[in-house]
Amino acid sequence: MADDIILKVRDVYRTYDIKGGLFKKGSQLTAVKGVSLDVERGSTLAVVGESGCGKSTLARMLTMIDAQTSGSIEIDGLPIDISKTGISKEMRQKVQIVFQNPYGSLNPRQKIGHVLEEPLLLNTDMPAAERRDLALQMLEKVGLPPEHYGRYPHMFSGGQRQRIAIARAIMMKPKLLVLDEPVSALDLSVQAQILNLLADLQEEMNLTYVFISHDLSVVRYIADKVMVMYFGEVVEYGTRDEVFNDPQHDYTKTLFAATPRADVESIKKRLAAKAA
Amino acid sequence: MSLLEIRNLRVEFDTAKGPFRALAGVDYTVDAGEVLAIVGESGSGKSVAMLATMGLLPDSATITADKMEFEGLDLRTLSAKERRKVIGKDISMIFQEPIASLNPCFTVGFQMSETLKTHTGLKGKQIKDRVVELFEAVGIPDPAGRLNAFPHQMSGGQCQRVMIAMAIACSPKLLIADEPTTALDVTIQKQILDLLVQIQQERGMGLIMITHDMGVVAETADRVIVQYQGRKMEEADVLALFENPQNPYTKALLSALPENATGDRLPTVSDFAQAGGF
Repeated sequence: MADDIILKVRDVYRTYDIKGGLFKKGSQLTAVKGVSLDVERGSTLAVVGESGCGKSTLARMLTMIDAQTSGSIEIDGLPIDISKTGISKEMRQKVQIVFQNPYGSLNPRQKIGHVLEEPLLLNTDMPAAERRDLALQMLEKVGLPPEHYGRYPHMFSGGQRQRIAIARAIMMKPKLLVLDEPVSALDLSVQAQILNLLADLQEEMNLTYVFISHDLSVVRYIADKVMVMYFGEVVEYGTRDEVFNDPQHDYTKTLFAATPRADVESIKKRLAAKAA
Repeated sequence: MSLLEIRNLRVEFDTAKGPFRALAGVDYTVDAGEVLAIVGESGSGKSVAMLATMGLLPDSATITADKMEFEGLDLRTLSAKERRKVIGKDISMIFQEPIASLNPCFTVGFQMSETLKTHTGLKGKQIKDRVVELFEAVGIPDPAGRLNAFPHQMSGGQCQRVMIAMAIACSPKLLIADEPTTALDVTIQKQILDLLVQIQQERGMGLIMITHDMGVVAETADRVIVQYQGRKMEEADVLALFENPQNPYTKALLSALPENATGDRLPTVSDFAQAGGF
């Protein structure tokens, strides 16, 4: 099990060309600079960093939305380099993504049933009745009643929509699920429900997660391994306990120091400092 | 006398399906030099309460209160014109999306000077000097150079600093911050929270922090009001609230924090709702 690496990334770079203007020369921006990582099957890697650190670019490359400029990505033994080889249906089945904003990631004119069936329609030859059965099963799995099948996205709350987005992502039975800030748009109590759902699904389907987040308390709760990115580079990479108990890089320390603490000791300390 | 005192505030919205009650009789008091946090999830009425105080709700809202006084001034009976003299000067507010709160068509320097032109007798060069002074106070690097910058040329954190500068331009007695750091990175959030608390202490302002983030509450508040579906669930000093929450909903919120997780699963509010019956 320990050697069962499902995602292998080696020295990946991603460079974007910035167009020049009349008086400005074009330039290049390297969003991801030499990232390497391994994720074991059934585990969770959390990627942490502030906006602009390249964590979403990394997610785009893992989910084959964007091609890497150089370096190699291997998912479940399958090399991924879409700029050279394009994307096959087999590759698409391996990875799926859940986005941050459940209000923006569902088509408002598409019924939930069709949202869930679309991946099957595009990637398989399954007959309609079977697709419908699978969609209904999936609704149940993410904790929604079957009568939601024919409803539209606007009829759901944020948490329910995120359940639908998760259901859509696992319709193809992927091996790897990239979660790009899946709970940051949600209320605290709904966040807890979604995190529980993700934990259940991981266990049931032996899913591997790449969990992108800026919320360290969520990361600490869900991650097996943690990677901290800063300006496109990996500044810290290790198991959760290593990173949280003994952060090495200055940026990681700054990040920990900046995270609001909601424990009684910290409040006492703050109030004492204020009184002084 | 309290700075702001509101008794039994109710807000109803007219909708196609009949009236919707957003706030069902909540009391608020804030003293000068105090930080009050109003915490709750979406739909708890935390923003509506403060928008009602500011008179910023649309016409479809019906606001009633037994008492609504700012420094003894009855906010219920103010005309729009009288209200504008208070709002933006003695009470000011900052919002969640700093970039959306600024007008993209004007420079931040111009937008800052508007506030000063409206509420103070300052003129020309004096206004410019004051704006630079305020930018400096909120920690904007190269304040004089930034006067001619447009909002899109600044980062989210910088824009929020501009909003804070604008809000404190006329030395308000009460500042209402509605989720001021929700759209920002945690390192920037820390800077903005520190800045708000520092300004609040220097000037002895009253500060109302509206937030859904228990971490922000723990880091800033003196006193906390917990709201749920338009009702006040609990009101307590910050330490008492975290140490010994009384209301089942507060308990539920605190135990849903991932850092308080003890077992494999996070308890959710609905678990408590069944057991506690709120």
